[in-house]
Amino acid sequence: MRIKNLLGIRDLENEDILQILDTAVLMKPIMETKNKRTNYLLGKIMVTLFYEPSTRTRVSFELAAKYLGATITNISTSASSVMKGETLIDTARTLQAMGVDVVVMRHPMTAAHRLLDQYLDAVIINAGDGINEHPTQALLDMFTIREKKGTLKGLKVVIAGDILHSRVARSNIWGLTRLGARVALAGPATLIPKGIERMGVEVYHDIKQAAVDADVIMGLRIQLERQKNGLFPSLREYNMLFGIDDKVLEVAKEDVLIMHPGPTNRGVEMSSEIIDSESSAIEEQVTNGVAVRMALLYLLTREGVS
Amino acid sequence: MERILIKGGRLIDPASGIDAVKDILVEGSKIAKIGSGLNTDDVTLINAEGMLIFPGLIDMHVHLREPGFEYKETIESGTKSAAAGGFTTVACMPNTYPVIDSPAMVEYIYLKAEKEGHVKVKPVAAITKGQQGEELSPIGELVQYGAAAFSDDGHPVSSSNLMRRAMEYASMWDALIISHCEDPELSRDGVMNEGEMSTMLGMRGIPSVAEETMVAREIALSRYTGCRVHIAHISTKASVEMVRRAKAEGIRISAEAAPHHFSLTDAAVDGYSSMTKVNPPLRSGEDVEAVIRGLKDGTVDAIATDHAPHHRDDKEVEYSMAAFGISGLETAVPLAVTHLLRPGVLTPLQLAERMSLAPAKLLKLDAGYIAEGGPADITIIDPEAEITVDTEKFLSKGKNSPFDGMRLWGRVVHTIVEGRMV
Repeated sequence: MRIKNLLGIRDLENEDILQILDTAVLMKPIMETKNKRTNYLLGKIMVTLFYEPSTRTRVSFELAAKYLGATITNISTSASSVMKGETLIDTARTLQAMGVDVVVMRHPMTAAHRLLDQYLDAVIINAGDGINEHPTQALLDMFTIREKKGTLKGLKVVIAGDILHSRVARSNIWGLTRLGARVALAGPATLIPKGIERMGVEVYHDIKQAAVDADVIMGLRIQLERQKNGLFPSLREYNMLFGIDDKVLEVAKEDVLIMHPGPTNRGVEMSSEIIDSESSAIEEQVTNGVAVRMALLYLLTREGVS
Repeated sequence: MERILIKGGRLIDPASGIDAVKDILVEGSKIAKIGSGLNTDDVTLINAEGMLIFPGLIDMHVHLREPGFEYKETIESGTKSAAAGGFTTVACMPNTYPVIDSPAMVEYIYLKAEKEGHVKVKPVAAITKGQQGEELSPIGELVQYGAAAFSDDGHPVSSSNLMRRAMEYASMWDALIISHCEDPELSRDGVMNEGEMSTMLGMRGIPSVAEETMVAREIALSRYTGCRVHIAHISTKASVEMVRRAKAEGIRISAEAAPHHFSLTDAAVDGYSSMTKVNPPLRSGEDVEAVIRGLKDGTVDAIATDHAPHHRDDKEVEYSMAAFGISGLETAVPLAVTHLLRPGVLTPLQLAERMSLAPAKLLKLDAGYIAEGGPADITIIDPEAEITVDTEKFLSKGKNSPFDGMRLWGRVVHTIVEGRMV
């Protein structure tokens, strides 16, 4: 690959994204074989370093690495250790001294991975940095859309919810707009960051307007703590104004695809009926996440390490 | 008595409006003679042809970090940096440990500066005890001990009532209140200017209104109390416009701008270098233009660096964890020459006013002018010199600057403090 690390979708060229998605297509069948084991990453050490709790992303990376034959080590830490523990630079130096090949990091602060990169030769994969990016989530979302719709070009993708705090939204906006999709955001004015139109998206404060002729509707997890910060009055009102329900689906295209990065708050971002409906790709997103991460690990360790 | 003869330089004295090639003879700590074709034996001769001769520059907003944070800067290193940057006087902010909020602390700064300082130091004392925003510092006594102004810089007085009382009280001595305008509720968790850039970079923003609501408050309180109020490091378009209107109304308000706020926009944050992290943050292009216009028409009275030196441990961390601040003393002149003088935004006279005479008047110092019998505080600048900023060569302990490696115009050739070349 042209790139050494995956720090953000913003850094990727179109051909990088397509190469990852195409490779993921080849990886997906491996998950369906009986053996579920290859040797592409045999002898490689992958460390997961999560400063924020995560189940699905971490497990997804671990499975992807296992299917490719890598050896995996976890470093468990907490957000509070960022404040009082070893500095990130010293952690990087320690990992460097141990000679690991891949570091998958989730960190509560934007661009922490760039700091890590200055002190570490290993491949770095961003599993989420602050409110900035969650590039592997966007890649698996794009993979899922492409698998279902054949292409991303010309599709209307609605992203609904807390855009302000969402690294999933930001990564998807970079990727989807780059690959020619039309992105419409829907959310309360308090949860739409300033000047986001400059990223080439449309902004709506009415989910039904946003959803007109949508090919894809993606809900984002809304966090109750935002209510305490005065960003919206209640989950009830949020659901009333921005919840994805049958009425929203009526204005969208008939074959609209429903997505959510999970975990979902049933009845808040979208109704249970929709989450469990035929239109929903939410479970497949999880499956595809492993395939996309396999593709990344394969591509970055094969050509990325000098 | 030591004598210095500065020959052939272009004397810029905003106090008298003189902009002409003159020779200057310095005897002891005073300027003995100004004229043409001066010749004397037994002098240190400075050939100043092609140079600008400014009254010694005055930086009314620096952080010298001593006492309490000597690992970041000391009075010795900070004033050495000031001298290298062309400043003959600096006013240091009280956010030290302990806070400069007592006569003993003011005295300490003066004594330490006298013993170890390379330029003159004027302590700014805290408005409230310990900068806690709860009780007034002994402002009257502090004035007697020589506090140059009062500020809770970095910890803005959030109680409007206490600020009102501080202004009323300070106005008994016509003391200057310097306000770091920031509503901490609005700026909370922010690390850079809120706008398109923060959205693109995925960072939490400090909105311009965090500054503007407080500027509006200070103007209202100044109008009401009659106190002289100075807006520190003004950075937004609406703030500049409010100050412009307030001045037109006759309110006793003044403002300063930092060099980074007229030379960089928030686009510099792209790349996530913590060197660009500063409070108030680097703003949008529109804001930068407004600050420049404010400097041009005098709405912004002074240029002050907000020199905020930090140890590398405070900067070589995640952007959100990094300390706010730029080490600014040694780049102020090149930035002003490059962004204000050369493009013709300011004439040399206007630049000398913003960097010397205006702060002298605001702080009521006997400085900021060049005249026979006056103090021999002089800064000699070569406006044609091209330089490349090298933070490793900074005399300040703080190497934290977003200008490292940048090519700029303008070099400080000599700084003369009370007749001594420093």
